[in-house]
Amino acid sequence: MMAGTTHTVHRILAALAVLAGLQPALSPLAQAAEELVVDLSETVVAITAGFAGSELLLYGVGKGDVIVEVRGPVRDEVVHQKSRVLGVWVNEGKMTFEQVPSFYAIASNRPIYDFLSPQVLAEARFGPANLDLTPRDKDADPKEVAEYREALIRNKQRQGLYGTVQGDVTFKSSTLFRTKIRFPANVPVGTFGVDVYLIRDGKIVHDKTTLLTVRKFGIEASTYDFAHRHSLSYGVLAVLLAAVAGWLANVIFRKA
Amino acid sequence: MQIYLPIAELSVNIFLILGMGGGVGFLSGLFGVGGGFLMTPLLIFIGIPPAVAVATEANQIVASSVSGVLAHWRRGNVDFKMGLVLLVGGVFGSSMGVWLFAFLRDIGHLDLVIKLSYVVFLGTIGALMFIESARAMLRTRRKAPPKRRTHNWMHGLPFKMRFRRSRLYVSAIMPLAIGFLVGLLAAIMGVGGGFVMVPAMIYLLGMPTAVVVGTSLFQIIFVTANVTVLQAVNTQTVDVVLALLLLVGAVIGAQVGVRMGTKLRGEQLRGLLALMVLGVCTKIGYDLVATPADLFSLGIVVGQ
Repeated sequence: MMAGTTHTVHRILAALAVLAGLQPALSPLAQAAEELVVDLSETVVAITAGFAGSELLLYGVGKGDVIVEVRGPVRDEVVHQKSRVLGVWVNEGKMTFEQVPSFYAIASNRPIYDFLSPQVLAEARFGPANLDLTPRDKDADPKEVAEYREALIRNKQRQGLYGTVQGDVTFKSSTLFRTKIRFPANVPVGTFGVDVYLIRDGKIVHDKTTLLTVRKFGIEASTYDFAHRHSLSYGVLAVLLAAVAGWLANVIFRKA
Repeated sequence: MQIYLPIAELSVNIFLILGMGGGVGFLSGLFGVGGGFLMTPLLIFIGIPPAVAVATEANQIVASSVSGVLAHWRRGNVDFKMGLVLLVGGVFGSSMGVWLFAFLRDIGHLDLVIKLSYVVFLGTIGALMFIESARAMLRTRRKAPPKRRTHNWMHGLPFKMRFRRSRLYVSAIMPLAIGFLVGLLAAIMGVGGGFVMVPAMIYLLGMPTAVVVGTSLFQIIFVTANVTVLQAVNTQTVDVVLALLLLVGAVIGAQVGVRMGTKLRGEQLRGLLALMVLGVCTKIGYDLVATPADLFSLGIVVGQ
């Protein structure tokens, strides 16, 4: 696995070096087309039995400031608000948000505010605070929506699923940059989008999107699939397994 | 060493889970209880989603009850007829419990109901046990065996059945009702329900103490098996990897516990158990009334 990663990285680096070297020789049109080149060390994150989070490398070539954004598959999320009822904290209020990215991470080579104005940040929806999170109930009180929206982002951050890493994109030369994309152990499965933006003079001049997949492999995948597709057989087998284990324990320790 | 749990969809330290299984197994062997009432809250404390904790613990209890019932069966301490009647009630109760569980989860009140059930039942049982054992310790000298109730209002109920092993002739309604209630609890709380079943069998049904534990274990096997299958079908929250890890620890711990248990006196054991039950109850109760760090939390979206 480790050797494979190193090999991939070398391959990427070689390709990038060739591109960087060729740039001056290309026609202006081709040059513009190749102003931003991006590659990932891996396009599949495998969740296996020993999975405790994962990390992959993103390499790219481009001149300017760089923002890397990673988005997980979208799903609806419900946020509950607790209030006190007879001394006990009870979930009373709730709001459902639609099309919420299950994972969101953003990284840049230096603090984003140093090279982008708040307006551009908001328009491009950069950063967890600027995400497009809208409630299912379109007539909800805007003040309440803001409160629930903040809570949604805060909870996601606490779970390690939303994050901002400033200064995590490092330049190896004036144009060659790299960053690490980290996935926590509770990363959702599905297709992820990796967007890389090149910024010059406060404007986004280029962007590139790469896809990667997070999925379960091996015994983890088969157990999950079996539990969901043949849930009755799974339940019966779980009981049989437990019964046999209990019987075995009794037999072993009776003799001991 | 981390291991990824396929159904809970998170990674846990394998030694933490084995250690928890061993610790709770030790206590259950020591006190002769199932241990579900300790394990389920512990699993929730370490971050396993409550739905997964409850359903998986039911699966693990199947194993520990099978292991326990065999020993009682060999000594002839299982009243199968009584067990079957309790079981009929238990299957209905636990089926309804699983349905209620899914319903509560969908409306966002599952955690609250699980915790409230723990506070109410652990508080009541713990307090009763503590008082009883304190009394027993105070007048340990002139100890008279507890009186078996011979006749009460229960004997006026219809559908009488004869239970030869328990030397009882009582209405089937009472064991059916007890089975139903305990089944309901088992499904919602992720316990076997022995801590409710055993006192109910002794004090309400008047069964001889010798057959109580074996019979209770016998019916717990099938009630928790029913919960496991129904949870697997309805909520897909049974994590076999977690269950297996827990039961490996629990089996070993229980053996050590049983050996230690023979060295302690009965009322001291019950007193200790009562303190532990009250401790868990206090912790859960405190979490319910203490102001949480964040009043907002993420829930489960229905129909996704």
